[in-house]
Amino acid sequence: MKYKKPSLRISIILTYSLFLFISSVIQFNPGLQIARNFTSFSLQMIKVLPCAFILIGLFETWVHKEHVEKFMGEKSGSMGYALSIVLAGTTVGGLYVAFPVAYSLFRKGARLSYIFTYVGAAAICRIPMTIFEATFLGIKFSIIRLLVSVPLVILSAIWLEFYLKSENYVINNPH
Amino acid sequence: MVVLYIVTLLALGVSVVASPSKTWQAIKVAFKKFIHILPAFIIMLILISLVLYALPEKTISTCLARHNQWLGILLAAVLGSITLMPGFIAFPLSGILLKTGVSYTVIATFTTTLMMVGIVTYPIEKAYFGNKVTIIRNIMSLGIALVVALCIGFIFGEFS
Repeated sequence: MKYKKPSLRISIILTYSLFLFISSVIQFNPGLQIARNFTSFSLQMIKVLPCAFILIGLFETWVHKEHVEKFMGEKSGSMGYALSIVLAGTTVGGLYVAFPVAYSLFRKGARLSYIFTYVGAAAICRIPMTIFEATFLGIKFSIIRLLVSVPLVILSAIWLEFYLKSENYVINNPH
Repeated sequence: MVVLYIVTLLALGVSVVASPSKTWQAIKVAFKKFIHILPAFIIMLILISLVLYALPEKTISTCLARHNQWLGILLAAVLGSITLMPGFIAFPLSGILLKTGVSYTVIATFTTTLMMVGIVTYPIEKAYFGNKVTIIRNIMSLGIALVVALCIGFIFGEFS
């Protein structure tokens, strides 16, 4: 096997683990608090991620490229935006789930402006989150927020697609 | 959350009945994808744990409860962009701040940047979208969040 220089990511992870380990040995309080933050967020994500990735896996094996191209392809028009927003509304977790979904959509031939609409909308239109927002900040607040932000997200997605048109842009498969 | 589990189980069940081999393939795809993005996830969790230590809820509350509207908006935008908080913490906190007299504009800046601008999710977004698009997308999101906040403030009569 070829020797690879340890990446920045690996060094960050190792330094961080070492810091937490030493903190727990010498009972260094800030370190312990950081460790608690890390575990509580990890637990939250562990609740969501397995399901999200299994659904992505099922999507990739079962849904044919032609179907995605038909509904979210180059010629899908405004229906593509509507579908992207519905899909975003039902996305769970947060943006960190939307990115892998965006990659799968891209691989299946979805148009870039729909993908960026989906990602933008996944940040702002998730249904459970919006209901929660409305209970604490009022329904008027949520409605104004959605009415202003959704059109802007669509416009920015269209612009981004236009901007990237000339450069053969691809969404990467992380490795 | 329960809905997610039910949907996943149903989807898996239907898939197994339709084709066990394809289901197995789907699970392998899921696992491989997860493993590949895992390092970026860990980096994100590390960033979150550090940011939350540096900026606990109490600090955020004091920062947002400024009297100067524009300074409040600026601080809210910065805090919303660099932190990541689940809705069940962010919205109750915002509700309390609203009751203590923080303006709708400032609250909207904070919650909208929190949703849309992700500095801690940068490692994950970069892995998929690349550096340039990630940066452009987040700057545009920041702009949208500010427009949203100003509209909310305007409609709630805070700029008269």
